[in-house]
Formats: sequence, structure tokens, C-alpha cells
Amino acid sequence: MAGLMAGYGHYTHAVVRGISASMAKEALRSSQSEVVDLAKARREHEVYVEVLRTRLGLEVIELPADETFPDCVFVEDAAVVCGDTALITRPGAESRRRETEAMKGALKDLNLNIVEMTDENATLDGGDVLFTGREFFVGLSKRTNQRGAEILADAFKDYAVSTVPVVEGLHLKSCCSMGGPGLIIIGSSEAAQKALKIMQQMSDHRYDKMTVPDDVAANCIYMNLPNKGHVLLHNTAEEFPESAKVFEKLKDHMLIPVPNAEMVKVDGSLTCLSVLINKKANI
Amino acid sequence: MTTEAGSETEVKEKAEESAAQLDQSEKASGKPEEVANAEQEEKEQEKEKEGKGISRYLPSWLKKQKSQSQTSPTKEVLPAEEAVSKVTQEEEGPAPEVNGHAEEVEEKEAVKSEQVQTKEAESNSNAIADTEPAKEESAMKSPEEANETTQGDKAVEQKKELEEKVKTEREGGGEGQMSIFPSPLRLVRKTKMKLVVCQVALLDGTDFTCEVEKRAKGQYLFFKVCEHLNLLEKDYFGLTYKDSHEQKCWLDPTKEIKRQIRSNNWQFAFNVKFYPPDPSLLTEDITRYLLCLQLREDVACGRLPCSFVTHALLGSYILQAEFGDYDPDQPQPLDYISHLTSEPNQNKEMEEKILELHKSHRGMTPAQADAQFLENAKKLSMYGVDLHHAKDSDGVDIMLGVCANGLLVYKDKLRINRFAWPKILKVSYKRTNFYIKIRPGETEQFESTVGFKLQNHRSAKRLWKVCVENHTFFRLNAPEPPTKARFLTLGSKFRYSGRTQAQTRLASSLIDRPAPSFERTPSKRISRSLDGEPMISITEMGRDMAENGREPRLELHSDSKDLDKTQDEVLKHQASISQLKRSFMEAPPPSPPQPNQWEKRLTSSPAAVIRIQQQQQQVVSVPQTEASAADNMISESNEPAKTTEVEIEETVVIQEVSKATKPGFVTITSSSPVGPPAEQETRKQEMKVEEEVVIAVEEKVVKQESVSSESESEDEAEYHPNVPISISHTQISEVEEEEEQQEKEEDEVAEHDVSVPGALTLPVAGQPAKEASEEIEESRTEDAEAEKKMTSADEKEREHKAEESTDDPLMTPEEAPSSVSLPEEPVAELVSSAEEEEEHKMNGESSLVEEEPQPQVICCSEPPVVKTEMVTISDTFAAQKTEIATKEVPIVHTETKTITYEAAQLDGNGDDEPGVLMTAQTITSESLCTTTTTHITKTLKGGLSETRIEKRIVITGDCDIDHDQALAQAIKEAKEQHPDMSVTRVVVHKETELTEEEED
Repeated sequence: MAGLMAGYGHYTHAVVRGISASMAKEALRSSQSEVVDLAKARREHEVYVEVLRTRLGLEVIELPADETFPDCVFVEDAAVVCGDTALITRPGAESRRRETEAMKGALKDLNLNIVEMTDENATLDGGDVLFTGREFFVGLSKRTNQRGAEILADAFKDYAVSTVPVVEGLHLKSCCSMGGPGLIIIGSSEAAQKALKIMQQMSDHRYDKMTVPDDVAANCIYMNLPNKGHVLLHNTAEEFPESAKVFEKLKDHMLIPVPNAEMVKVDGSLTCLSVLINKKANI
Repeated sequence: MTTEAGSETEVKEKAEESAAQLDQSEKASGKPEEVANAEQEEKEQEKEKEGKGISRYLPSWLKKQKSQSQTSPTKEVLPAEEAVSKVTQEEEGPAPEVNGHAEEVEEKEAVKSEQVQTKEAESNSNAIADTEPAKEESAMKSPEEANETTQGDKAVEQKKELEEKVKTEREGGGEGQMSIFPSPLRLVRKTKMKLVVCQVALLDGTDFTCEVEKRAKGQYLFFKVCEHLNLLEKDYFGLTYKDSHEQKCWLDPTKEIKRQIRSNNWQFAFNVKFYPPDPSLLTEDITRYLLCLQLREDVACGRLPCSFVTHALLGSYILQAEFGDYDPDQPQPLDYISHLTSEPNQNKEMEEKILELHKSHRGMTPAQADAQFLENAKKLSMYGVDLHHAKDSDGVDIMLGVCANGLLVYKDKLRINRFAWPKILKVSYKRTNFYIKIRPGETEQFESTVGFKLQNHRSAKRLWKVCVENHTFFRLNAPEPPTKARFLTLGSKFRYSGRTQAQTRLASSLIDRPAPSFERTPSKRISRSLDGEPMISITEMGRDMAENGREPRLELHSDSKDLDKTQDEVLKHQASISQLKRSFMEAPPPSPPQPNQWEKRLTSSPAAVIRIQQQQQQVVSVPQTEASAADNMISESNEPAKTTEVEIEETVVIQEVSKATKPGFVTITSSSPVGPPAEQETRKQEMKVEEEVVIAVEEKVVKQESVSSESESEDEAEYHPNVPISISHTQISEVEEEEEQQEKEEDEVAEHDVSVPGALTLPVAGQPAKEASEEIEESRTEDAEAEKKMTSADEKEREHKAEESTDDPLMTPEEAPSSVSLPEEPVAELVSSAEEEEEHKMNGESSLVEEEPQPQVICCSEPPVVKTEMVTISDTFAAQKTEIATKEVPIVHTETKTITYEAAQLDGNGDDEPGVLMTAQTITSESLCTTTTTHITKTLKGGLSETRIEKRIVITGDCDIDHDQALAQAIKEAKEQHPDMSVTRVVVHKETELTEEEED
């Protein structure tokens, strides 16, 4: 059924991108405290891609890393894909603007309807966009502004687009993500909880929430795949033991811990590493 | 039923006779037969109706005739056109014998609200829908009747003849008979009746043309349209018209059409008013089909934005519904599609997509396709959202969207805030500002008010109305009765008067008819959609679907009016969606509009009153509160009125019972109105009894209701979504929602009828209590004092004072507990006395003419104002309105004569003039139309609490009434009821209208 909002979490393709060698030193980051182990980061990324490809059976399009873009591995920020429409964003960080070019090419190849954000006043990072299956929440952050959100609203007319101020963290999804249809996984920080409240207030729909102790761990990847059912990619217990316990409560989900320790050091969370696409939804 | 039939006729006849000074015995003789006849006829008629009687399709004119004898007694009738102007006779049961005695009958007549009727009807069965039109007709009849008779009245002899005829006709009963006899009456009628041709643009693009009487109410036309459409689940729909500013407005069913359209443009559009959140819950396919048509239009004109894919999907369902399975050999859909879009490229793409999807729907029935269409459309974020332009407190452009769930705030297509209905304590508007009062959040301590600036006060009011209606429809089990009182009104009394979603669902669950067959004809719609096309920027592909039907071009010329309309709509909506600029919304409330004062504003409408009488046990009355409500009314000065004012201290507070928390619980508590609550005990009461008598004689029958509708204050009004506050006799139980708390606003006077939460429960009535209190008060009246008529300015001031004075007590929890019952004083006593009182009242209200020269001051004046409908403006704010009305009524040859009698001992002490409308009823006889409104006012001056009951009786006739006599009689009656009353004012207003056509 090609119905609106059918099959939330169903994906067939994923776009990822290799880690640029410059990431360790030049990637934008909120805290410089920890040194990124590039090799480890690459290993982790490999695991991530393998999970998508082998374990979950997605068709993974791997874009080559571009050394001029230290943050290019975080493909999520370059595009927002919903249904058969792909919005090529205008990332808030000047240095990342041209990351979108490769992404655009890949998405075009997938026959998606490409909408580009050309407005010079607009900025939007995909990391600020939370799609719940029923609507969008767009975090207004350092990277994303009102105009960017408007263009997103214009690109996805079927859905309500509500704005949520992001007062802490890089992106809206730095502290939350979807854990299933109608289930929001949310960090326990004050800012995260406040964001959740706003989202709940703004929505005509009801969302359950699952609070995890660590904001970072609240960023997970939910999928609903044929023959696999609910799937949740989350941070490993080694990284966030307390949060991992919470995920255990999701009895119906296939839980897949994915190591992401190095990326986290440069504010990269699980969703940042891929753009997920459901080609079958495109009629 | 029988009784009613009899009584109504009797009332009329009686009046007629007395006016004509006929022998009473004459009338007595005729009655029983009539009654019997009426009964029979009614039954027959109902059968007829249930079988979709032909009569429904007869010209309105014929129907009216028929209704005179048949329909009027019908009970389950919905809001009659003239509900107020005639005595509603609802009590079933009284034995036919009673009919022989007009007075008795009258006494027993209970005035019920239209809503009550509705509910009855609903619970009765599915016959409702069918019977509705009947009542309208019956209602419509009365003025005509009056007209006719009055004319005849000019010569007594002639009148006698007429009367005979009437009787004959009635006894003969049948329509056929009536038409066979070319009685003088009929001739008169023919010449008198003014029909107007209305054009209603239907959702399929066709126009429905029908004639309605010029004074017909919105409802009448609406029912006609529904009839035409064969639509039973009509509550989701409504009629719109364009106001003088090209704004689309909902036609208020309870008001006269011509007073709403304010122009001679009798063009309307049939639209979905309340979009059902889950269309699959609709009972009939035809309803879903109409909803589909509306949504197609919404999509086509950009009001309902959707993505390309969704658009194509919706379009494919339309094809499936209208053409059946995809047939490669039948390429006609392509034809339309190619015409549709403004972007040719996308058009092609869209076309392909639609066809591709269409193929996948093979085997789907039209009904299934419609259902699928709706399943997808309902998920669109703007589904059912009614957008209004506004600015936030910083002057930034935003959009306010009203929908089933609450109020949404958009800025540039982005939702920047949302206020669910349960979060909203009050919506109000004042001038161009629109306010919502927000329930404090978990961590907040205080309510906050958010204000928005609308373009003008009309927009503010329109938005407010839409909020009131949507909240009531989607959130309440039963509507709050519209507040009828116009005395001292400071704000709009508008309330949603139709059925709520809960009610309509229940009602439609009783629909028991074979699914009506209907044709899905897209043909004519095309032209409209096309028309809208050029302006659509938001949803480029919008039109496709609309046009899928047929050759667009063919139709283009045919309905040009439609085209215009659509264009406008398109423009408007486009503007609304695209023009948003950025800003922030959560405006710190710009000084909230005097919450306390406004909150008590609700006054009981006649409807409420009526209801109340039926269910006396459920009334909760608390001293003091009422008065405050009274403050806010503007006296209804538009009409010549005879008003009796008695001051009484009385309060009625009815609390809302949340359905969730107290299912099935009905509480009634009354306190002796006179006996002040604990904190007031020390206060001395001073009772004033005052009577105002204003009698107006007009050439034409004035409908009280219509007047009141006009006198609505445009400046401000408020509405409390969750807690129906104030003195309306309402039952507001919110539909259960978990976050919702039963709550009572402490600073407000809340008066609700608490009723059994069952969706269709009859609203509890507060009336008996009030009446009871009135009686009590009267008996205790110590001081009768005539009071001077107040100037409007004074009144305003007084109102404010009154409000202030009364507010405090109300805030105390004891008085307004949120628990269901208010323990106070003997309920039983009240109730019983209420009944008595009721009877008294009813008697008094009949338009008997007897002599009693009460007036002490008589002055005659020739008012410079030429009015037609609104006759006398006695006080208050009405002045404003009057001006307006006057402007709009360019009557040429009008002779107006006003005689004012005023009581000598007017005390100009000018105190507060809060008022509560206790009752309002109109008895329409053949020659006279008597409208009685009872209005209770309570004030506190120093330690004295003063309550007064003001009765205003308006007698209007369309012939030469002997106004001296009528006045005397009215006064006498009033005196009989309330011996301590005094007459303060008598106004006789005579108007000879020579050019009827000019009035508008």
C-alpha cells in the first residue's frame, strides 16, 4: 500500500560515506578534550556499514570520503529523505556546505525527487530533523534556522513541521531519536526533557517516551524491516552501560549494539552516519 | 403533541380574538376538533415524512400552508426558525381536554429549547432528520400567519371571516384542501410572502437554487440543501457566505439569513464545517463522498497542502471512485489532467502517476475508494485546520489554525505552537484582539493569557466563533446553549447550537435507511477548480484531482458564480499559507481582558430556559453568581418591549462535571435565591420591583430573535472551552481526555447544567431554579420602586460595578466548589415554586389585552430614527447597533411613532445594571407577537444587595393594534404575576412601512 505514512521505519537503501583522514584533527567538535583514534573510528564505521548491509540487508551506497570535508562521514546532515523526496540541505557549518554535492548525486541516482535548499538565508542540518512517521520536528540550533525549517516544511507538505529550540548539544537528535512508531527515545538531561515536552505539546499525536540516562545514547536508529520486525541500532553497553540496560526493555525489538565511541568524540552519533531510504515506498 | 397543536392555535386565535374583541365562546367551540385534527394530521404527516414524503419537496410556500395545520405541533422538531417568537409547545401528555381552555394550556406549555428538541429527536430515532424541515416550516408559518391576520384585522368583520377560514382550513387539515380554497387568507399570504432565490454552490460544483422566505433562518436553507443532497449526517456541514469584505463566513443557522449576509447577495456555498478526524466513523457513504468532494477542493485550492505523491494517490482514488477500474481504452481522465496543472511538466508526471496508481486499485468499489481517499487525506497535517491570519504580540505575522484538537499557531508553514483544547481555559476576543487563556502547566502556578492581533474585529470575532464551534463540536457532549439574552450585553452570546460530534455520531448510528444511491459526478466541479487554478501556487497539482471528473471546459461557463467564489477562496488561502512572515508567537499576554468580569457573561438563552423547565431537579443554584452574569448584557432595545423588572438576589451556579470523573452523575443544588450565602448573610437586601412596559405596534411582525441576533456586540466576547462559565444553563461535560481535568475556574461564575454524561443526555436545566427564586424574591419584596431607564453610558458603568461587586463572592471555593453538588438551600421548594412560577409566567406572557392603566408618565416622541426591524431602542449599547441598523435600513416611506410611558418615581440612582436573562419567549398569535424576556439583575451597593427582575414584554403586531389596550393588558398581566412590580417604561412605537422591499 502506498498510503501516506505507511511503514514507518522501512528502509531499503542506505547512503554512507567514508571517514576523511582529516576528521580526527579538523572535524568540527564541541569539545576538544579527547583525541580521536582514526583507525578505531574506521573500524567502528566498518562495523556500522556491515550491520546495515549484511545484518539488515540494506543496499548500502558508500560514498568515498573527501579529504576537504573532515565531517563528510556524517552524511545525515546533508540530506533529509522522506518517502520519495530528498531535501538536499544547506548545512549550517560553512565548511560543510559542499558535502551535499556527492549526496545529491547519490540520491539522484536512486530516482528520488530532489529538492534543494538554495535560499542563502536558510540553514539546516539533517541532524536537527526528527521524523516520527507522522510529522517532523526540526530543532532550531546553531546549525539550523527557521528558514531552513520552512523549506523543509515546503518540501514535505504532507506533514506537520514543528520547530523545537535546541538549547544544548549540537543537534536536536543529539539527545533523542525514534525508537519505534510513536516511541521517542530521549536523554535524561534537562534540555532533552524540555525538548521532549515541547514536542509533545506541539503534536497532535501521542508519543511514548523512553528515557535513557545518557543523551548521546538516546540517538539510535530504528527500522522496521521485513522478516526482522523492529530493529534498533544503539550504542554499546561498553560505552553507555546504563542506557544499554534501558534498551533491554524493548522486548519486541531486535537490539543491535553498534560501537561508536570515536565518532562521539566529534559529536557524531549513530544516525549521523547514514541516510536511510525506502525505495519501495516510491511508487 | 396534541396539546401543543391545540395550544398553539389557541394562543394565536385567542390573541386574535381578543384583539378583535370576539366572543370567547366561539373559540372554545372550535378547539377540540382542531386538536384532534392536528393530531391526526401530524401522524399522517410523519408517516409521510418517514417515507420521504413528497411534501418535503413541495415549494416552501405550499409547505407553509400545510404546516399551518399540520406541522406546527410537531415535536421532535429541530430548532425552529422562529423558535423564540413562538411559544414552543413541547410538553407531551396533557390531555386534549385542556385544549378547550386556552389559559390552562398556556400555563402548561413548557417552553423548551430547540436543543432539547434536538436531543429528543435524536434519541427518538432517525426520524429526526426528516422532521426537521417540518418544524422549520411550522416556524416560518407563524409570522406569515400573523401577517395575514393582522391585515385582515383592519376590518373587524373581515377578520372574523378570515378567522373562520383559518379554522376551516385547519379543521380540513389537508394541504389539498387548503389549496383548493382560494381563501382571502391565501391571497393575502401570497401577496405578503416575500421569497428570495438562494443559490447554493454545492461541493460537486453544481448550484442548488431554491426559494426561501426572506426572513428565513440559516437553518431553513441549510436543511433544504441537505434535503436536496439526501444528506442525513449534516452536522459536519454548513453553509458559507461572503460578507461584505469578501470573507467567508459561516451562516448561523439560528439567525435570519438576510441579517447575516447584509447584502442582497443570496449566494452560499455548502461546505464541510467540521472535518471528522476519523471519517471511517461516518455512517453513510454519501457523507463520506461529500467529505471527499470537499477535500478535493481543499487540495485543489491549496488549502490542504500535500505532496506530489499523496496528491497523485488521492487523485487515483478519485478516478477509481468515479470511473471504476482502470481501463486503458478509456483515456478520458487524461484529458482533464492535462488541463489541470499550472506546471505542465509536473502535470504530465502527475498524470502518469495517477494512472499508475489507479491501476493498482482494481476491484475497489467507489465507496472503498472514497474511504481510502479519506484515510490518506485525514493524515495530512492541515486536514480540517481552519487558518486565520493574525499577528503575535510583536506584530509578527502568524497563522492561527483551529481544528478538532485545538488551536495551532503557524509561522510560515511551521508550527510554532499548539494549544490543545484541554489546555485552553478561555477564548475571548476584544476588538481586534483574540485571547486564549492557558491552563497552567504542571510547574506553573498561574494561568497565562496569550493574545493575538487580528486584522480587524470581524476577523477576531470570526476566529472566536470558529473556536467556540470547534471546541463545542469536538470536545463537548452537548452544546452549550446559545446565550440568548441581549440585555446589557457586552459581548457576543454566540454559541454553537448544533449537535456535537458525539451527538451526531449517536444520531447517525440510528440512521436506518438503505444506503441512498447517489451519483458521483465530477463534471461541474471541474470548472470551479479550474478557476481556482491560476492562483494556486502552494499545491501545484491540486487541481488534478478535482478535475479528474470530466471535460472542464464545458462547465466553465455554466457557473460563473462558483468560479468567483472559488477564486476568492483560493486567494485567501493562498495568502494565508504563503504570506506568513517570521516572528515569535508566544506573546506575553497583552493585558488580558478583564477576565473576571467577562467570565460571567453567559446568559441563558431561551433555549436554555426551556430546557430548564423540564429538568428542574438538576439545577444548581448559588446565590450571587447570577447577578454577575447579568452585568454583561445589553438590553435588547431594538424592539418595543414591555419589561417587568423585579430585583432579586439570585444566583445560579452550575458546575461542569467532567465526564471522565463523574460519569452519570447529575447534581442539583439550589440555594434560596433570596437567602444570601454565608458571607452575604449580613447584607441587607433591598428588593426592587420594577416593570417596564414597552409596547410597540408595528406594521410588520418583528421577530424577536432576529433582532437579538443583530444586537450581538461585535466588540468582544469570550468563551470558556473547558469550563463553561457563567450563567448559561449549560451542560458542559468534556469528552474524556486524560490530560483533562475537571476544573472550575474559581474566579469565574460558572453555571453549568450538569447532566448525565451520556452523550445525548438532555441538558440540565437551570431555569426552574431561577424562576423559583424569582418567585421567592417577589414574595419577599419589600420595596417596590420604579427605576428610571438608564442611559447606555450609565449602564455600562453599572455593569462594571456590578461585576466587581459580585465577583468576589464567586471566587470563594465554597460557593463554587468543583464538586458536583452545592449544598445550600431547599431544592425541592425551589423546584416546586419554580413550577408555579413558570405557570404564572406563561400566563402572563400570553398576549391578552386587559385594562389597567399603570403607566405614570407618558411622553410621545417622534424618533428621528427610521427603523424597520428594530423598533425601539430603550437603552444601553444598543445605541451603537441601532445606528448601524438604521444605516442599513434605507426605508423610504416610513412613519414612525413612538410613545413612551415612563414611571414617575424613577430613581436615577443609576446603580449597576447587571442582568441575566431568565426567560425569553415569544408568543405569536395571528395579530400579535409577544415576546417576553425576563432578566435578573443583581447588584451590591455597599452592604445592600439588590436584585431586580426585569421583564420586558414586547408586543408587536402587524396591524393597527390598540396599543393602549394592549399596554394596559400587558401591565395588568404583569401585575398579576408580580404584584409588587412597577412599570418604569412604556414605549409605543408605531411604524408604518410602505416600502417593504427596502428593508433589509
